[in-house]
Amino acid sequence: MDLFEYQGKQFFAQYGIPTSPGGVATTVDEAVSVADKVGYPAVIKAQVQVGGRGKAGGIKIANNSDEAKTHAGNILGMDIKGHLVKRVWVEHASDIEKEYYASFTLDRAAKLHLAMVSAKGGVDIEEVAATDPDAIVKHHVNPLDGITVSEAREIATRAGIDQPAIEGVAEILVKLYDAFVKGDADLVEINPLILTPDHRVHALDAKVTLDDSASFRHPEWEEFRATQEYDGREKLARELGLNYIGLDGTVGIIANGAGLAMSTLDVVNQVGGNAANFLDLGGGADANTMTSALEVINTDHNVKSVLVNIFGGITRCDLIAKGIIEALSRVELNAPLVIRLDGTNAEEARKIIEPYVSDRLIIRPTMLDAARTAVSLANEGDVK
Amino acid sequence: MSIFVDSNTKVIVQGLTGGQGRFHGLRNRDYGTKVVGGVTPGKGGTDVDGVPIFDSVEEAVAATGADASFVVVPPRFAADAVIEAAQAGIPFIVCITEFIPAQDEARMYNRLRRDFPGTRLLGPNCPGVISPGQCNIGITSGDIALPGGPVGIVSRSGTLTYQALYDLSQKGVGQTTCVGIGGDPVPGTNFIDCLAAFEADPETKAVIMIGEIGGSEEERAAEFIKEKMTKPVVAYIAGVTAPAGKKMGHAGAIISGSQGTAQAKMKALAEAGVTVAKNPTEAAELMVGIVSKLK
Repeated sequence: MDLFEYQGKQFFAQYGIPTSPGGVATTVDEAVSVADKVGYPAVIKAQVQVGGRGKAGGIKIANNSDEAKTHAGNILGMDIKGHLVKRVWVEHASDIEKEYYASFTLDRAAKLHLAMVSAKGGVDIEEVAATDPDAIVKHHVNPLDGITVSEAREIATRAGIDQPAIEGVAEILVKLYDAFVKGDADLVEINPLILTPDHRVHALDAKVTLDDSASFRHPEWEEFRATQEYDGREKLARELGLNYIGLDGTVGIIANGAGLAMSTLDVVNQVGGNAANFLDLGGGADANTMTSALEVINTDHNVKSVLVNIFGGITRCDLIAKGIIEALSRVELNAPLVIRLDGTNAEEARKIIEPYVSDRLIIRPTMLDAARTAVSLANEGDVK
Repeated sequence: MSIFVDSNTKVIVQGLTGGQGRFHGLRNRDYGTKVVGGVTPGKGGTDVDGVPIFDSVEEAVAATGADASFVVVPPRFAADAVIEAAQAGIPFIVCITEFIPAQDEARMYNRLRRDFPGTRLLGPNCPGVISPGQCNIGITSGDIALPGGPVGIVSRSGTLTYQALYDLSQKGVGQTTCVGIGGDPVPGTNFIDCLAAFEADPETKAVIMIGEIGGSEEERAAEFIKEKMTKPVVAYIAGVTAPAGKKMGHAGAIISGSQGTAQAKMKALAEAGVTVAKNPTEAAELMVGIVSKLK
């Protein structure tokens, strides 16, 4: 789960990481009242989970209440790369002497935690990584050992952090690591981490991705979850407990297993089509799960055909076929359905489906054949 | 021959008294696997369909001489269960549990690496391992596998592995061992571990490798193949059309920035001399062609 900046700052605050005083607002009046409270100049920042909001006009400085009102009015409701701005974060504008970068994440190749620190913060860090990789210090942390202040100090020094900021940066690194581990995050990133003219160090932005698998020990995450933004299809899929990702194409995809679902997307693409979604039914592809899957696909008006790609292992194909027929009796599909079943008891499964076969319910022997049929239905409205 | 497990492997199931554990554990036993015991704290002395239950892995090992463990416990207990097996001296652990918190998984991996270097963990979040006709630990359906070799399979994805197994078996090509390394970011056993084992196994003559988007394990495997492998390898990578920044089901299957794309992996593998297939069925077909020329 990706947090909004203001939530990331709330998360940081729990671990003692200093941020600027501020507050979140959903209306212009609220924004002005927060700005009046934190004092001018105040920064008004759009809360969206997409990069480049500054360039899009989503971050403005207000020098008084009138300006705060104007900026908040412009930013609230703004569309930034398809993301509607529903909230702004308002904080007292900081005087900035230097901008740094700090983050912790997992290095999958080394299978260790990775600290990244740079004296060149405030800009796109991937850009820095590409053009000036030596400007980013990478330091592995063994999860069994954690990180000490002296280690953090050494990293900050190696990164070329200015002398007056070393101690502050080191302290924040230790706290940030604590937030990363105890807070069950996949990523914690501060960009920029700033040094003020009076030599204080604090976080001006917060990027946090929480590990959904650890939700069971973080009841407090409910608050974050409530504001997550999914499109209508993803929201419904989530409620129905399906592993679903909305895409832009016209062929609805239902498969069992993440790998097979991904592979189905690829094969549809190979034969000239585009998938409308990723949907993994998981292990138990029974009538209920299949019904839920069809319901979700049905809400997507771009879908012109639906491809069901099942490999029966322990879950036998004949049972899955019964599930499909049962589901079809409960849901009236807007688009024709192409089914491919393979694996354990696939023959029996095809016999179960055969009596129902029509131009709206087609069965194909292989993944490639099924994809071809589904794509020609989606592209031309009939089967070639 | 086979890799990791064979007909002599004695398996205990941690979590045999649970619904999943009972279902898969007994299925593995019915396949012919030597399932010698189960472990559930507090239920020692009872049995599950004749399989004795012990309170701890240590007791189970002392009583049965088990040398493998199948961990089927909920996410919040899984890391501790794996460490308990390692502490009891089990050299091979299969953990199928999905959704173990990433922080727990990273600590578990590093604990094994530091304190139990002789222990091999397969998984977590994997379908397990099957040496057809000898031993099946995990959730793979034994019916779709064909004993006798000569093909080894290593895969990050469950259903794609089954597809490859099934396609090969349908065409009369058997398997030595099929290993599902799992879809998590920090797998205990990786592609290279399996490729090295297949290279060393005299009965394995060729290998199918199934990867997916995310991470760089496939690229590292490509380097290994180029430098160390003499046996032919056919690869398939899922997720060519996956968009960046979206987890495709598996925790580890995510493209971040320009990292982890299927295209980069396919290119690295092709450059290492691997035959790269466009879909899992084609991988099996290409392998049938390779096997027919081996004799």
